[in-house]
Amino acid sequence: MQKPKSIDASFALTTSPTPGSAKSDPILVADKIARQFGGLTAVNVDHLEVQRGSITALIGPNGAGKTTFFNLLTGYDTPNSGTWSFNGRALNGIPPHKVARLGMVRTFQLTKALYRLTVIENMALGARGQKGESVLRSVFPWMWRAQEAEIRERATAILTNFKLIEKQDDFAAALSGGQRKLLEMARALMVEPEMVMLDEPMAGVNPALKQSLLEHIKELRTEGKTVLFVEHDMDMVHEISDWVIVMAQGEIIAEGTPASVMGNQQVIEAYLGAHHNEDLSANQEGA
Amino acid sequence: MDFLFIAQQTLSATIGVNTIIFALAAIGLNMHFGYTGLLNFGQAGFLAIGAYSVAVPVISFGIPLWIAFLIGIFNSVIFALLLGVPTLKLRADYLAIVTIAAAEIVRQIARSATFNEWLGGSDGITGKFGKDFFALNPFKSGLDTPILRFNANDLWVVITGWSLVAAITFVMWIMVNSPWGRVMRAIREDEDAVRSLGKNVYLYKMQSLIIGGVVGSMGGFVYALSRQSVQPDNYGTALTFFAYTVLILGGAARVFSPVVGAMIFWFLIVFIEQVLRQGVTNNVIPHWLIGINQVSQIRFMLMGLGLMALMIFRPQGIFGDKKELALDAKA
Repeated sequence: MQKPKSIDASFALTTSPTPGSAKSDPILVADKIARQFGGLTAVNVDHLEVQRGSITALIGPNGAGKTTFFNLLTGYDTPNSGTWSFNGRALNGIPPHKVARLGMVRTFQLTKALYRLTVIENMALGARGQKGESVLRSVFPWMWRAQEAEIRERATAILTNFKLIEKQDDFAAALSGGQRKLLEMARALMVEPEMVMLDEPMAGVNPALKQSLLEHIKELRTEGKTVLFVEHDMDMVHEISDWVIVMAQGEIIAEGTPASVMGNQQVIEAYLGAHHNEDLSANQEGA
Repeated sequence: MDFLFIAQQTLSATIGVNTIIFALAAIGLNMHFGYTGLLNFGQAGFLAIGAYSVAVPVISFGIPLWIAFLIGIFNSVIFALLLGVPTLKLRADYLAIVTIAAAEIVRQIARSATFNEWLGGSDGITGKFGKDFFALNPFKSGLDTPILRFNANDLWVVITGWSLVAAITFVMWIMVNSPWGRVMRAIREDEDAVRSLGKNVYLYKMQSLIIGGVVGSMGGFVYALSRQSVQPDNYGTALTFFAYTVLILGGAARVFSPVVGAMIFWFLIVFIEQVLRQGVTNNVIPHWLIGINQVSQIRFMLMGLGLMALMIFRPQGIFGDKKELALDAKA
């Protein structure tokens, strides 16, 4: 259990804490990615590398372009310019479903549980290479029944781990907000990804569930998966991430270990404004 | 009042040719709307293409009927591709707009004077294009019992038609309960989530559009064969919306709902009409209230009232699950 963790620790110590710094074994590399909406530049990332096997947090104030950047990386949106690659494979112009098949699976800020499917159906949907998902073979159940049984078995195991097993035959809509977040993450694991991209996994989750979500994310690292997540909850960022990337106004302004980033003057300014320590009345007089 | 006559007319309609046509149209819509969430408002276009594809090749080009069926299936696949390629990458509402327009384009082309020679203009096509089919009819006489009555040709259409409906319903039942059907239902719920799990949503939506369209065009085959004629104005938007009515009556995303919905739909229409007609002719309903010429309009008014009541008291349809319907309001 401790072994991968120690690898990550050494990674954090040996990597330079500067924006766009090179990693020893990057799984995801992005270069000069820009996305404009009309006159607004939502994302303008010069260079970014994400270390394989690490838990990397992507933080930043509201409107920093984190979710847009996520959408660009996973194929849900197309950048105006830039290149990026996953496991050395260029992802330009690759549609979202192919990105997922390559092993990079995402979740969504607004949870996308499939409401009128049961929990177990949500899970089974995630499995790859299903014979019964072909239109022709779907008509011949004996061609896919055995595989379906295996998939259900794997889904049941993951649901048990996520403590959702009692809910397996309920509609996903019947779950609480936090349970839906858990389900979405569990479903992403059914795809057997190498890298999991979590967009605000803690939003709206109660403290008890938060703790179990944290454990599940740590488990992913133990299994050798890479995690990149967007989060506002600083306690969580501090607790589980090996590396933190800070975005503000579309750009990466800082990188480093959680402790170093949170002491970074630029990061504090990005969150609180450059003049947050000055006297308000003095400002007003000046104006 | 002749209650036995009312019963005979009503029951014959309940399992009659029109029920088969609407069941097939609604089975197709159930694939589109019920399972995949595609808002196809142009189902009438698929029926029109099915109907013209059996009539035109036989009458205008002397092609055997059996090949005409294949042409019909081929044409409806092409029509589905034409609709799907530009719209399935866009949001659901675009498909609704494009399909309603496309079905009208089909109808307008069919009734235009330009193609009068082959498509018969606004008069459509009448002729014995179904003679190969009726030649196989083993029934020399029709069925005439106190509660059911079909002439020989209708009896043959009803028997083959219901066999077709049964076969298609069976295949649909297997398909929607397969992993393939699971992907379809998932797309209905949230296609971006399905993409994130590595499924090619566009491909699946196209498959749904094609399969539902081909089933709809088979409704067109039955429509054309049973009447031995094709009239362009039978394939207007009203046909699409009646098919939706049938589907909602039964309850969307249930395998048997198109069949039972179609039966109820035609049961109600014919029952209301026959009761009114008998009532008026026998002076049970006074003439100052309803004249005999008003019956066919008034049956639709009463039908509409009945549907409103259904939506109020049983919005999920006959087979639907009210709890499941409530989940639709994305909590």
